[in-house]
Amino acid sequence: MASVVGIFSHSSLSVPLKDKKLLEVKLGELPSWILMRDFSPSGIVGAFRRGYYRYYNKYINVKKGSIAGITMVLACYVVFNYTFSYKELKHERRRKYH
Amino acid sequence: MNQNLFTSFNVPVILGIPLVVLIILFPITLIMPSNKLINNRLSSLQQWLVQLTLKQMMMVHTNKGRTWSLMLLALISFIALNNLLGLTPYAFTPTTQLSMNLGMAIPLWAATVFMGLRFKTKASLAHFLPQGTPVPLIPMLIIIETISLFIQPMALAVRLTANITAGHLLMHLLGDTALTLMSIYMSSSTITIIIIILLITLELGVALIQAYVFTLLVSLYLHDNS
Repeated sequence: MASVVGIFSHSSLSVPLKDKKLLEVKLGELPSWILMRDFSPSGIVGAFRRGYYRYYNKYINVKKGSIAGITMVLACYVVFNYTFSYKELKHERRRKYH
Repeated sequence: MNQNLFTSFNVPVILGIPLVVLIILFPITLIMPSNKLINNRLSSLQQWLVQLTLKQMMMVHTNKGRTWSLMLLALISFIALNNLLGLTPYAFTPTTQLSMNLGMAIPLWAATVFMGLRFKTKASLAHFLPQGTPVPLIPMLIIIETISLFIQPMALAVRLTANITAGHLLMHLLGDTALTLMSIYMSSSTITIIIIILLITLELGVALIQAYVFTLLVSLYLHDNS
């Protein structure tokens, strides 16, 4: 997945758009890159699996995993629940007149 | 102030899509089985806890009852994880809903009863009559034992629901009290905050204990009938 470097930096010899990672895609190519992604059910499931294993292998599946690995997950869980109950929580702020 | 004290127990639904399914499935992501002999710290911790609880729970059962090990282990970890995750701020606890607890209690209890009736019919029917009862009392006692048998699943479900709901509700009320008292009497506000801290530790205990009790009772019914 590496882009071709060196004296052959002409665009006709570079990596096809489909294989580029997100940070290597130029801004003008972004819509076509998004449309080329695999949005079938197995593609979406694959994306979730890759994301899960990426987090797992970086923070938890290490020799001396610390408590931060699971604390980050719980913090995201808290934020997730807060956003989805914001509508009811709006009324609980400290105000003089509700 | 809440419009209604029970809004935190509403089932979360977004645009008609039940978000509660994701919340019930969330504890699965925290448990990661592995094939290696020596795992990362989290997996080793989980493995050690699993071995501890399994040994403790399944020691009393016969070989036939031990086929239920996986079920009981899954039950205790499911209830314990859901209760503990419900103690995080703004979280929704699925075990506060009576529907879910009934869905867990009734099939498990019914399975133990049918297992007993099928394999050890005489012995399981004999449970209805304790030894050494005076003869005139027998009809009444049979009725009482039948009622107590049928109340078992209800008691299992309602016990879990009521305990967890009561704990959450108490924490909400005390939290509101502490907040409003802060502008009036600072001292009683600090006392309330200390009470809340104690209550949180109690809730942590209750979360685990309720899971344990549920599972223990199911295993007891199993032992009677296997």
